[in-house]
Amino acid sequence: MSWLLALPFLIPIFTALATFPARARPRLCGVLSIFGCTLLLVVTIAILVLVESNGTHAAQMGDWAAPFGITLVADRLSAVMLLISGIVGLCVAIFALSDIGKYRVKLGFHSFFQLLLAGVCGSFITGDIFNLYVWFEVMLIASFALLVLGGDRIQLDGGIKYVALNLVSTLLMLTSIGMIYGLTGTLNMAQLHISLAAVDNPAAVSTLAVLFICAFGIKAAIFPLFFWLPASYHAPPVAVTAVFAGLLTKVGVYALIRTFTLIFPNDLGFTHSILLGTALLTMLTGVLGAAAHYEFRKILAFHIISQIGFLVLGLALNSPLALAGAVFYMVHNIVAKTNLFLISGTAQRLTGSFELSEIGGIYRASPLLSTFFFIAAFSLAGFPPLSGFWAKLLLLKASLDQAAYWVVVVALVTGVLTLFSMSKIWAEAFLKAHPKDYCKCLGDIPRYERYQRLLPVALLALITLLLGLVPGPFIDYSLAAAGELLEPAGYLGAVLGLQTQ
Amino acid sequence: MEGPLALVVGILIATGVYLMLARNLLHYLFGLVLISNAANLAIFIAGRVTRAAPPLIPEGLQVPPEPISNPLPQALILTAIVIGFGLLAFALALIAQAYKVLGTLDVDSMRIAEPIPPKREKSL
Repeated sequence: MSWLLALPFLIPIFTALATFPARARPRLCGVLSIFGCTLLLVVTIAILVLVESNGTHAAQMGDWAAPFGITLVADRLSAVMLLISGIVGLCVAIFALSDIGKYRVKLGFHSFFQLLLAGVCGSFITGDIFNLYVWFEVMLIASFALLVLGGDRIQLDGGIKYVALNLVSTLLMLTSIGMIYGLTGTLNMAQLHISLAAVDNPAAVSTLAVLFICAFGIKAAIFPLFFWLPASYHAPPVAVTAVFAGLLTKVGVYALIRTFTLIFPNDLGFTHSILLGTALLTMLTGVLGAAAHYEFRKILAFHIISQIGFLVLGLALNSPLALAGAVFYMVHNIVAKTNLFLISGTAQRLTGSFELSEIGGIYRASPLLSTFFFIAAFSLAGFPPLSGFWAKLLLLKASLDQAAYWVVVVALVTGVLTLFSMSKIWAEAFLKAHPKDYCKCLGDIPRYERYQRLLPVALLALITLLLGLVPGPFIDYSLAAAGELLEPAGYLGAVLGLQTQ
Repeated sequence: MEGPLALVVGILIATGVYLMLARNLLHYLFGLVLISNAANLAIFIAGRVTRAAPPLIPEGLQVPPEPISNPLPQALILTAIVIGFGLLAFALALIAQAYKVLGTLDVDSMRIAEPIPPKREKSL
């Protein structure tokens, strides 16, 4: 079954190869891309089922036994992240059919999009830290290309900031990987867990931990390393922003969670207090930035940062409940955030702008789109019974259990401010009348385009509702995933146990 | 041998950081190039530097006789060099295009994506 774990990145790579020569024919390209994404979704479901029934699953590439070759590992966290990437990939691929113009398709949009998915899935499934670096780079170069594809002035300007800061993160990551190899002589994450515990050099280990926080922190956009995100995320077409918002920063958070549960489990004290401090500041600065802006996508972009704070908070509190909260929050957030960006694209199509002062009247023109926005936005703000409420509840309960009352205060303030900026969008873009009375309704756009725009939004809204109304099984799953993270025996067994067979 | 090499890494990184603090984008890129080389060199040192002992297995033996130089860091560096080359080439192309389109390499004057908000009237 080892080939199954390689499929999540092989499928997008082959789809990318197939779409590249076909890029002059946009429809064929779109069909190929959606076919690839559907296949990817099926594979990720299969992996989730496999992991859920048999526990952590590892595959040694090229049959090189564990700490020597590259290992692919799927535990519960990886499996759920893969599944959610598959869902986001499919939704954005459908949305892109109408959102991405022929010009950008001709430049190879679908190939870069598929490569991005390959990088994301590869990062989630690898069990080798150097391989993680390689997948990060695959993801990074694809995201560079997607960000500046088309070459608008604003894209180039945002792209430069994105590229400049992300290259620094890459170099930090590469250096820290070199250092950790120098200390332990291995790159396999499971082996690192064992070897690093035996290293008697607290100064070097602490330095490494901080280097990793910086490297992954830039990717995850935590305070104060997030400035590339609001500078660039509103520049490319909405489909690109949606997939970036859904997946890219979350890969950084995933890498942080993996590193600080599996590789550095022992020096809990100071790394986790750094993470806790940055998490709280990230939550606050993100949401304050959102409160200050009046552009649909910029508000949403700042909210990404604020939400990252919640995810890192779950890691920093480091209890089973908190980690479960982080996992649940991540799933909820990816779905809601992607959906909000997709909706913002359709809102722009209907009203002609992203500036809140220049648009309005969507509620009257299109109640259906407004309903989807309402579900996604108020789920993000943490309204019961939507999914964000359960996610925040888990994290708040975890902080109360640790008597971290000021964490609760910051989280609640962030929640209130999130609600404020979501209501701002709701009031400005949806309720108030359009200043120029321009707002089209969904019936005015061609039928195919309507379906391509609404189908993914409806699917994501449905998932948000499902997570909110039947949270039980998902919370159970998150708790099991958190248990695996804190008790890596199963992971170690799956990866290193194969040696003896 | 590790000592002098480590010193070289330090100098490369210091020079790189100094260059990256400049407002000119091209200086920034050159800084990145230097640090990327420093990172590769750091991996090389992390694998311990052994002289004149190529990792070859003599005929008839299953494992090479100790000590041998460590081939893994060199494989890693090779990967990193290729990736770094791609990324930096892309960055250079991007900067060239930005210079063509935006007409400047001064990062302080690149404010298209994040325009400075107009000052509000006091009456508001």
